[in-house]
Amino acid sequence: MPVEVGNLKTQHDALTVIDAARVREDFPILHREIKGKPLVYLDNAATAQKPRQVIDAISGYYEKHNANVHRGVHALSVEATELYEGAREKARAFINAAETSEIVFVRGTTEAINLVASSFGGSNVKNGDEVLITAMEHHSNIVPWQMLCQRTGATLRVLPMNRDGDLLMEELPRMLNERTRIVAVTHVSNSLGTVNPVAEIIAMAHERGIPVLVDGAQAVPHFQVDVRALDADFYVFSGHKMVGPTGAGVLYARKSILEGMPPWQGGGDMIASVTFEKTTYNVLPHRFEAGTPDIAAVAGLGAAIDYLCATGMDAIARYEDGLVRQAVDALSSALGVTLIGTPGQRAGVVSFTLDKIHPHDVGMILDSEGVAIRAGHHCTQPVMDFYGVPATNRASFAFYNTRADIDRLIAGLDKVRALFA
Amino acid sequence: MSDMRELYQEVILDHHKHPRNFGRLDGANRHAEGFNPLCGDRVTVYVLVENDVVREIAFDGSGCAICVASASVMTDELKGRTLAEIEKLYGTFHDVVMSSTDTAVDMDALGKLAVFAGVREFPVRVKCATLPWHTLRAALKNPDGAPVTTE
Repeated sequence: MPVEVGNLKTQHDALTVIDAARVREDFPILHREIKGKPLVYLDNAATAQKPRQVIDAISGYYEKHNANVHRGVHALSVEATELYEGAREKARAFINAAETSEIVFVRGTTEAINLVASSFGGSNVKNGDEVLITAMEHHSNIVPWQMLCQRTGATLRVLPMNRDGDLLMEELPRMLNERTRIVAVTHVSNSLGTVNPVAEIIAMAHERGIPVLVDGAQAVPHFQVDVRALDADFYVFSGHKMVGPTGAGVLYARKSILEGMPPWQGGGDMIASVTFEKTTYNVLPHRFEAGTPDIAAVAGLGAAIDYLCATGMDAIARYEDGLVRQAVDALSSALGVTLIGTPGQRAGVVSFTLDKIHPHDVGMILDSEGVAIRAGHHCTQPVMDFYGVPATNRASFAFYNTRADIDRLIAGLDKVRALFA
Repeated sequence: MSDMRELYQEVILDHHKHPRNFGRLDGANRHAEGFNPLCGDRVTVYVLVENDVVREIAFDGSGCAICVASASVMTDELKGRTLAEIEKLYGTFHDVVMSSTDTAVDMDALGKLAVFAGVREFPVRVKCATLPWHTLRAALKNPDGAPVTTE
């Protein structure tokens, strides 16, 4: 979890736990220029940049080991399988899951949630039941549950939040009831940066026998996650937001639950035997991995986990916490800036508006200064509706960002205001 | 910043800050709502058409500077024009903002719309400039006001 860092001195100390200049050497794209100016990349919540080690793992796979997995007797297939299954063990250790059979490779967080909503939801959620989500979910943790509710006649309920962007935890006991079949909650909000008290939510849900899915897409890049300490039933995340490639993500599911879930997609690799009369399904986790997977992306994800672990998740958490606090301070005192969301605990993300200037105008002018932020609704339209804004500006940070990036952002905002004055 | 001044010309910034013909038009006999789900731009265009001539036109909604200015300039330019003239002007406008940057632009044919010629340098902003026009054409074609989107 992010550590508490109180004052300016400790903020500064936090920024010494990572040698950002050295880290930046590993990321080729950070040396690019945009519109003649050095790139300042502050759109990490959309996707993170990739270090050389990850890029090399992907090209190295294609140059030296390319073959299909789990079926060949030849050397290349054995190597490809070792890379693929080796990454599964890395993913297991990364989130401290008990067994590799609990790690299902998927394309990303969205696919993982759809898998759970279809397979687990399809067999456990019936007419009259309820699914509980929260007011700050990404569309990918809303729409699959809406689709499930439409199919089954269940009701989607939403745990509200306050203006700070913190969940109304006092409402939770009332909203968990004998009809609730699953709770789906984001660990960290992608549009507000809120770190939710998921351990507490899980404990309260478990008291009532209700399983919980945690969307960890915006959490795993920023601090150490331990699915057993959280006691999560499902924990899902994408590789590309944690310096890995697009195309590979993880569904963690508790083995006892995964064992009871029907297969999601049918095909090769997920079967033990097939006749025209009957198919016997493969063991976990392969039962949920039909077809040839994105082997190169999974190899890249393995390299990304190695990279994050070598940098140290605790160091990353401390460094980013100091940096994000500096960003919040700098933005709070910048003219015309209004923060959207002031949560008690924040990771990675700062959302804001600038005067009445539309975020698309802000983002475009910042781009002309070489500063990349996200302008839009961040796939959280209900959050935008809650704050009564069509869109926000979002700066999101990684451990390779620096104080100088924050200064360039603030200077860019001054230029936006000058143009619109 | 210099290319930003090309895009955000004084005329555009002025129309954004002080949009003309802004607000609901009472007595309109055509209207449509336009929405750009990518950025949240939302405009409603109201038109009073008589004998194939636009007598009155107004808009409301919210959006970026390019979108609001485009709607404002559009409504200013089209009052009193025939539907055929509007269709022709739309064609010229559309061709310019969709054209590649090395194509010559007939500024005279564009009139006041020429301030939006710079938009073609920024493909992601073309939809901001064209949303009011798509919405207007939907209103003219479709009197019962079904919403249009840019996607």
